[in-house]
Amino acid sequence: MSVPPMIQPPPAGPVPWDKTFAKKLLADMLRIRRMEEKCAELYGEQKIRGFLHLYIGEEACAVGALHALAPDDNIVATYREHGHALVRGVSMNAIMAEMFGKAAGCSRGRGGSMHLFDAATRFYGGNAIVGGGLPLAVGLALADKLQGRQAVTACFFGEGAMAEGAFHEAMNLAALWHLPVLFCCENNLYAMGTALARSEAQTDLCAKASSYSVPTMKADGMDVVAVHEAARIAAQHVREGLGPFFLELQTFRFRAHSMFDPELYRDKAEVEAWKTRGPLHTFSARLKAEGKLTEEEFLALDAKANAEVQAAVDFAEAAPWEPIEDLLNDVHTPRAAS
Amino acid sequence: MRMSYREAIRQAMHEALTADPRVFLMGEDVGKYGGTYACSKGFLEEFGPERIRDTPLSELGFVGAGIGAALGGLRPIVEVMTVNFSLLALDQIVNTAAALRHMSGGQFSVPLVVRMSTGAGRQLAAQHSHSLEGWYAHIPGIKVLAPATIADARGMLAPALADPDPVVIFEHAQLYNLEGELGENVQCDIASAAVRREGAAVTLITYGGSLPKTLAAADELAGAGIDAEVVDLRVLRPLDTATLFASVKKTRRAVVVDEGWKSGSLAAEVMARIAEEAFFELDAPLKRVCSEEVPIPYARHMEEAALPQAPKIVAAVRELLGK
Ligand SMILES: Cc1ncc(C[n+]2csc(CCOP(=O)(O)OP(=O)(O)O)c2C)c(N)n1
Repeated sequence: MSVPPMIQPPPAGPVPWDKTFAKKLLADMLRIRRMEEKCAELYGEQKIRGFLHLYIGEEACAVGALHALAPDDNIVATYREHGHALVRGVSMNAIMAEMFGKAAGCSRGRGGSMHLFDAATRFYGGNAIVGGGLPLAVGLALADKLQGRQAVTACFFGEGAMAEGAFHEAMNLAALWHLPVLFCCENNLYAMGTALARSEAQTDLCAKASSYSVPTMKADGMDVVAVHEAARIAAQHVREGLGPFFLELQTFRFRAHSMFDPELYRDKAEVEAWKTRGPLHTFSARLKAEGKLTEEEFLALDAKANAEVQAAVDFAEAAPWEPIEDLLNDVHTPRAAS
Repeated sequence: MRMSYREAIRQAMHEALTADPRVFLMGEDVGKYGGTYACSKGFLEEFGPERIRDTPLSELGFVGAGIGAALGGLRPIVEVMTVNFSLLALDQIVNTAAALRHMSGGQFSVPLVVRMSTGAGRQLAAQHSHSLEGWYAHIPGIKVLAPATIADARGMLAPALADPDPVVIFEHAQLYNLEGELGENVQCDIASAAVRREGAAVTLITYGGSLPKTLAAADELAGAGIDAEVVDLRVLRPLDTATLFASVKKTRRAVVVDEGWKSGSLAAEVMARIAEEAFFELDAPLKRVCSEEVPIPYARHMEEAALPQAPKIVAAVRELLGK
């Protein structure tokens, strides 16, 4: 029997940050939202093709968590990674161009929406095999540990991935070898059409993770404050060399799984109820109530995000296509002739 | 009756579920979602959750469980969303399903059907565009089918379920929306290749998602006065070489069209069989049109350039014939 997920009251309470930091996180959530809304539109116009998995509704997770990380840390993400890439510092131009399939894209147009990569920001992609990023994160952390670097490898994945063998093998390896991995599970309650209770015998995800003797924490993934505060504690634990940490971010995707999904498996009412907990409007309302944000400031942030989106679209439109003669590039790494 | 490939698959499964209580369907999102490609839409309501089993994301686990269920007397249809994800289950398919009959000295057979979509062409990039039928066709102990027509989509499942050994069925993702006529008789074999178009000048050998492209190429060649025969392999393992040799004997030339990468491809196997056993029937070297040796890129023009396309097939034939 599946139990209807309980919907909690919207995030509330004081925001323990100064105005500048709070506005920065709000701005980042807005940037993701506006970028993705545009992506959905562009998909309709067939400028963006393939699979497009929107993060709309889940923005507080990437924004809260990534702001707890440092430039030397590594990020591993899934096919629902536009937000992570953007907040990590990949330019919106490069992301948009990638989705257009242009050579100016962050993966030279070879990857598309599901495979954003960026070496400069240690963004190890966009993996579209569910669970596929977890062992990779273990290895990145192993490399850091063996080379004496104090970095954290943050690995994002959905709750659906926790049914895969890769999750269990990766958790065990990370715990066994005390590796600096921050496992960030974005639990949005549905893996495509499969609700959590219909796919996991143990629906308490932290309980699953703790069986590997890994410390765990749950946070409200609709609340950027809760996510960030939890991620700071978790990242610090990992950075101090105390081994891996498992963070469950309880969230919800407002849109379909991908652009092909008719959403037959969930009620509109459930989605609407979750929208009352939306990370953007609840956070901005709290900031306003505390006098940390005015409506004018909000509108200015929004306008700025929209302008950035428009510039990114213009950039992507204008960018040239890669010549077909280059098709076989980047299959192997070029070696200097010896 | 006119229907889509998707509907043909659906009807075949519906018939099997209705006819035999041992048959059940399991896989990711086959139930509540209605199937990734909507091939099992409505089944959950009709047959119930015991027989239409949504699985977690656990490819190795549920494919392996399908093998066990087959051993235990059931007739599972296991749907793996795509061939790409079947790599997580490859161990169970190759090390257990394919080998069990032999390594148990003939005591245990595995009457399992695994269905999966395959192929590229929708800008899904490297991890969602594999065409690994040839890998599966390498493995003794399994049969590998590639229905490329409405009739085969409708007809191949029943004999696959009746087969005492594991059968893997590849449904090319580009075919689901294909429409065509289905005759009264929906029975077919899972042993033979089929001549889809008769011709005398050259034999085009293909399978799965490349069949429509090859037929389009043959049409274009006909316009240029080149009369191509098109053979659809249908069954990728074991290969029906008799049909291939008969065609080659007639046309004396062959071009193989395969969405797999050239190196180590099924095309390579087909060519080797012809070279080994029908070499002296040939008037020209064998040729093939395969995918370029690159993970499938996202950008549309790049993906198109990476895959076999009708114009490339036409060009290969013209080169072969010197016209
Ligand atoms: C190994 C594998 N199996 C199946 C799929 C198809 N698929 C893509 S996303 C998805 C659901 C994953 O859900 P979850 O991990 O919870 O992440 P979410 O999409 O909700 O962010 C499925 C079944 C896949 N990409 N990889």
